[in-house]
Amino acid sequence: MTDIKKETGTLKVKRGLAEMLKGGVIMDVVTPEQAKIAEESGAVAVMALERVPSDIRAQGGVARMSDPEMISGIQNAVSIPVMAKARIGHIVEARVLESLNIDFIDESEVLTPADEVYHILKNDFKVPFVCGARNLGEALRRIGEGAAMIRTKGEAGTGDVVEAVRHIRQVSEDIQRVVSASAMELMTIAKEFGAPYELILQVKKLKRLPVVNFAAGGIATPADAALMMVLGCDGVFVGSGIFKSDNPAKRAKAIVEAVAHYQDSALIAEVSKGLGEAMRGQSVAQLDDKNKLAGRGW
Amino acid sequence: MKIGILALQGAVREHRSVLRKLGAVTVDVLYPDDLNGLDGLILPGGESTTVGKLLIRYGLLEPIIQAGRSGLPVFGTCTGLILMAKNINGSNQHRLGLMDTCVERNAFGRQLNSFEADMHIPAIGKKPFHAVFIRAPYIEKAENNVKPLLVYDNKILFAEQDNLLAAAFHPELTGDTRIHRYFLEKIEKQKAE
Repeated sequence: MTDIKKETGTLKVKRGLAEMLKGGVIMDVVTPEQAKIAEESGAVAVMALERVPSDIRAQGGVARMSDPEMISGIQNAVSIPVMAKARIGHIVEARVLESLNIDFIDESEVLTPADEVYHILKNDFKVPFVCGARNLGEALRRIGEGAAMIRTKGEAGTGDVVEAVRHIRQVSEDIQRVVSASAMELMTIAKEFGAPYELILQVKKLKRLPVVNFAAGGIATPADAALMMVLGCDGVFVGSGIFKSDNPAKRAKAIVEAVAHYQDSALIAEVSKGLGEAMRGQSVAQLDDKNKLAGRGW
Repeated sequence: MKIGILALQGAVREHRSVLRKLGAVTVDVLYPDDLNGLDGLILPGGESTTVGKLLIRYGLLEPIIQAGRSGLPVFGTCTGLILMAKNINGSNQHRLGLMDTCVERNAFGRQLNSFEADMHIPAIGKKPFHAVFIRAPYIEKAENNVKPLLVYDNKILFAEQDNLLAAAFHPELTGDTRIHRYFLEKIEKQKAE
């Protein structure tokens, strides 16, 4: 059987990897040691970056793609998929990450945007992308560009889950509206949402997004993670919430268990015991608009 | 027919929808009690290190090993194939170890080497099966009691051993129900014996 024609980098294998991550937790890590702790706790993937969002928030300055050497170090340390972030619109950072054989790129508002008008045309790449969204229109614009996975933007680095909740609630509400609309209304909805009409039709048929949808931005506790699952997310990203807490290994494990068994309150109570202090965090209500990351990208 | 799907993590929804299309009743398996009264069990694709750890933490590992050894038909895809193997190259991760196989994880490479291809699997018919491989493993070596159903480039990608069935690819992602049907027919055959 030497006549087999292998196709790589297709929509199916890109979206397929995201499907395999469902029901799992993806953790931000800044060193190979943290990556090992994450893998040991049961993470389905790690996000390699130089500074977790809460440090980016505190230290300011321009946040860019991480040092390739650091990313390679993390790739060598674990056997689970390794993701990394590129700036919104930064085609070359994305190409560099692709050349490093990264498993997934997050075109992320947590980094300082490189382009205020255009997002990366992700269909041009063989590597899959995940992008943030606050509503259905934004999610479908990113999917239209080729994103193989969506996550809520939330408000990264705050440890306040309120924005992630707002975003998943909005996506669900928008999907409901599409599902219950008559065929005649769909073009008007596409116009209103600023979403590709063909993708609106797909949502109508599937009654959900055509790709996996994770929660991100402000998740700090096992209960936060389980809440996002209850609200309909397929899995959870935890950024600063783990390695900015008192006992990262224990908290990481607890969040993994809470996501796998999000309907089991007794189990969530059990794993939440004695975790030590969660990240101190910052209430989103007290942030100025200019300090919010979710407004980056469109 | 009542088929359990291990629902700790991974592509549970996809298996559920294929099985329902074929008229089977599905049960999400999250706790040991969920294994009662099943005609078969599916171990879906996901992250094998994660699923292995959760199997231990929720006391599912031993009951599944016992059920598999006493004849419960078990079908593993990708991660499932890894968990069912006796040997996993270079890894001491938790496993069920039901099949006399030795597997290589991420054997084709990282995500950029994930691929789809038409493959000829005589056991399910003449028409090629469109198989999707995602950071896929393969069976590098197997004992004589393991029957290879698909071999490509000296790698075993689909195989069975008595009541056990394992695929390195994801038949749940393609909409072609023939592999799942093969599993259901295998269960029926075993019942008739």
